[in-house]
Amino acid sequence: MEKQIAIVTAASLSLLLTATFIPSAQAAEASKPEPTGQELAFDNRKGNCLACHAMPGEPKAVTNTNIAPPLIGMAARFPNRKDLYAQIWDATRANPDTAMPPFGKNRILTDAEINKVVDYVYGL
Amino acid sequence: MLSCLGMLAFSTEALSVSPEQERLNRVQAVQQKYPDIKFEDYVHGALAFSADAKAQYENMMAFPPFESEIDKGRQLWETQFNNGKRYADCFPGGGKNVVGNYPYYDETMKKVVTFEMALNQCRTNNGEAPYKQADMNTMGLLTAYARTLSDGMLMNIKVKGGGALAAFESGRRFFYQRRGQLNFSCASCHVDHVGEILRTEYLSMLPGQATHWPAFRGGDYTLFTLQRRYSACNQLVRAVPMEIGGEEYNNLEYFHSYLSNGLPLKSSVFRK
Repeated sequence: MEKQIAIVTAASLSLLLTATFIPSAQAAEASKPEPTGQELAFDNRKGNCLACHAMPGEPKAVTNTNIAPPLIGMAARFPNRKDLYAQIWDATRANPDTAMPPFGKNRILTDAEINKVVDYVYGL
Repeated sequence: MLSCLGMLAFSTEALSVSPEQERLNRVQAVQQKYPDIKFEDYVHGALAFSADAKAQYENMMAFPPFESEIDKGRQLWETQFNNGKRYADCFPGGGKNVVGNYPYYDETMKKVVTFEMALNQCRTNNGEAPYKQADMNTMGLLTAYARTLSDGMLMNIKVKGGGALAAFESGRRFFYQRRGQLNFSCASCHVDHVGEILRTEYLSMLPGQATHWPAFRGGDYTLFTLQRRYSACNQLVRAVPMEIGGEEYNNLEYFHSYLSNGLPLKSSVFRK
């Protein structure tokens, strides 16, 4: 009888744990640090900038690409930050033949993510 | 206004060039950009741009780690149907040196016939159920062997007549049409940026791309027919893939294979 109670208790405890585990897992997910602009820029499921752009001034950037202009001196090349934002949001507006994906227009990145990437790239 | 008309004339002209002019344009563009790469090396795709990668490939192909898979395909090819016939009975020369003629446009069926369709026609004509073309354990393995019987044959696709031309144009449109969330066409990479490096990988040239299939790909040598590769490419650009063996991909393969005309076939090969 005592054993049965123990089992029941264990079972309800595990139910309780399961019930509390899910929200706490979500909380853990939410409390995981948000990706930085650099992480978004490097991640091949997100910005994936390194697929096509080298970053000659960034030692952490590993790529052999030669497809698109290297990302360097960006503040000088885009005196207006909003032009860089617009280029990442939809590069086909400036050049219909570009291969660059329209990150904002096609919702590849959220607005907040694009802003982080712009901040990061602007410092290169 | 004049420049507008000029643009219009140009784009109309670009759409109406003959299949042969299209092929020559694409070959000449690669030749101009990479004069040191021989035409016959276009069959190696991305490997043509890297002597190291090509040497590694040749070492591997001396003793292919996927030989036992090709043997499974040979068993499928040689096994008699219930009526006693074999695949070899369905093709001239017992199936030797035939694949370079596929796909062709069938005037009676009014559609493009790929080699995979011909293998299935052979099955159904002999009372067997067709294979699913997306099934790598049946159709994939079968072609991994059957296509070796045409090694060295030059691709020899013909586009004659209105129906054939319409199918070719449909394939051409597919190749140049942007698609998917990432908004790439096949041409975005393999024409506009041919030979350039996508992070770490060279982008292969369009001419020659249809000659070396199927391929055993990656560290685990996963079998890919050409159309499975189309499907994977479409998924990479986050587009909904078409049906393997369906009309869209068959027409694409028709265009794609024509653009490889004059280049030798080889099966089955390793690719990254």
